[in-house]
Amino acid sequence: MSSTVLLIGTRKGLFVAESDEGRRDWAVRGPYCESWPVYHAVYDRDSGTIFAAAASEWHGSAVWRSPDLGETWEHSSEGLVYEDGRRLSKVSTLSAAHGRVLVGVEAPGIFESTDGGKTWAVKSTLAGQPGSEVWDDPANQPPGHLGISAIISDPGSRDHVWAIVQGIGLYESTDEAQTWTPRNRGLRADWPREHEEVGFCVHKVVHAPGGERMYQQNHVGMHRSDDAGQSWTEITEGLPTEFGFAAAAHPHDRDIFHVIPLDPGHGRTMPEGQACVWRTEDAGSSWRRADSGLPQTDAFLGVLREAMAADTYDVPGYYFGTSTGQVFASNDDAGSWSEIASYLPPISSVEVATID
Amino acid sequence: MADVHLPMTLAPLFAGLPRRLEVDAPTVGAAISSLEERWPGLRDRLCEAGRPELRKHIHVYVDRERGSLDTPIGERSRVDVIAAISGG
Repeated sequence: MSSTVLLIGTRKGLFVAESDEGRRDWAVRGPYCESWPVYHAVYDRDSGTIFAAAASEWHGSAVWRSPDLGETWEHSSEGLVYEDGRRLSKVSTLSAAHGRVLVGVEAPGIFESTDGGKTWAVKSTLAGQPGSEVWDDPANQPPGHLGISAIISDPGSRDHVWAIVQGIGLYESTDEAQTWTPRNRGLRADWPREHEEVGFCVHKVVHAPGGERMYQQNHVGMHRSDDAGQSWTEITEGLPTEFGFAAAAHPHDRDIFHVIPLDPGHGRTMPEGQACVWRTEDAGSSWRRADSGLPQTDAFLGVLREAMAADTYDVPGYYFGTSTGQVFASNDDAGSWSEIASYLPPISSVEVATID
Repeated sequence: MADVHLPMTLAPLFAGLPRRLEVDAPTVGAAISSLEERWPGLRDRLCEAGRPELRKHIHVYVDRERGSLDTPIGERSRVDVIAAISGG
């Protein structure tokens, strides 16, 4: 019997929600990480460890780790420092695979741990890439500036990794983060850009099963790639807005994908106060509402880029957490939703793991 | 021995770290280094990583006067390390 574990990063620590394969009843525990703001947390299947990227306003950034699903915790920032004088203000995203942990930070850079999170070393700063002069400019140093908002490790290849730089674009490396290539061809930008290859606001990139297909929620539009990011095609038509952050792919069908459009202005909440996940079953040619069980009145909910996840059961479940502390879950492939937590702190991230 | 008082938010981060302890060191920075030897990683929680300066929201008072890493501390000094009011 598998257990299903949600890792919920919030502004006041990490929470863990647990259920069984049925995913009907959930028990929530926490907060962990001494209630530090947690921007992203992942479960490393190889080591059985939870890693959480957190940054305290008082005590700075660190990566927390728990080898026992949250019972005990340690933290470390040893080596999480730039030797070139750039400031590291925040650890914002994690990827655990191939016996290593990668953490994306602000100002943009990727650090690696090969000893289970005890120590860290700079892996790459994407130095020399088009756009890097913006984030390497001391005037643009954090806090409040650009960072790595996502790292995506190829489960099939240690050498292959993707990284998103906020407001700049998507980059791919096939040599273990030594060299990078921008992968933004075909994306739209409604603002002037200094480089042909970059200057795009990539919010979220999700791989569909099979490897070649990827989906992207951009600041301006939903996009799809059928050639592993070599080029992108816009698939916004049929969605209520072109803006959003969170997204989740079906784990077994590459044509099925979910996104949560938000109002693009200052509000950045679900349109009309109606909570809704939008689903395509034909790779973005058409979209339909998947909102059964979600609140449809006065529900001005926001969902951030790391705050939606899909599990890998035959009938997959999906999960998303809101900026106002609710967690919604579907255990029937987005056929219906239930609210499994209602009063958590503002949620930054949701990840799911199935544990045998 | 200086009488060092640590913020409530620091103690839970390190096993066995008390809120109050005695430290024999000539400056605030040296006192923090002394604590770092006993609780590895503690310095990063009080000082900017890789920089010889206190974190923005960590304030230190030596005998009730605002200090920095260079501030001398005496045999009978009281050193208060404060997590400044921040957030909500």
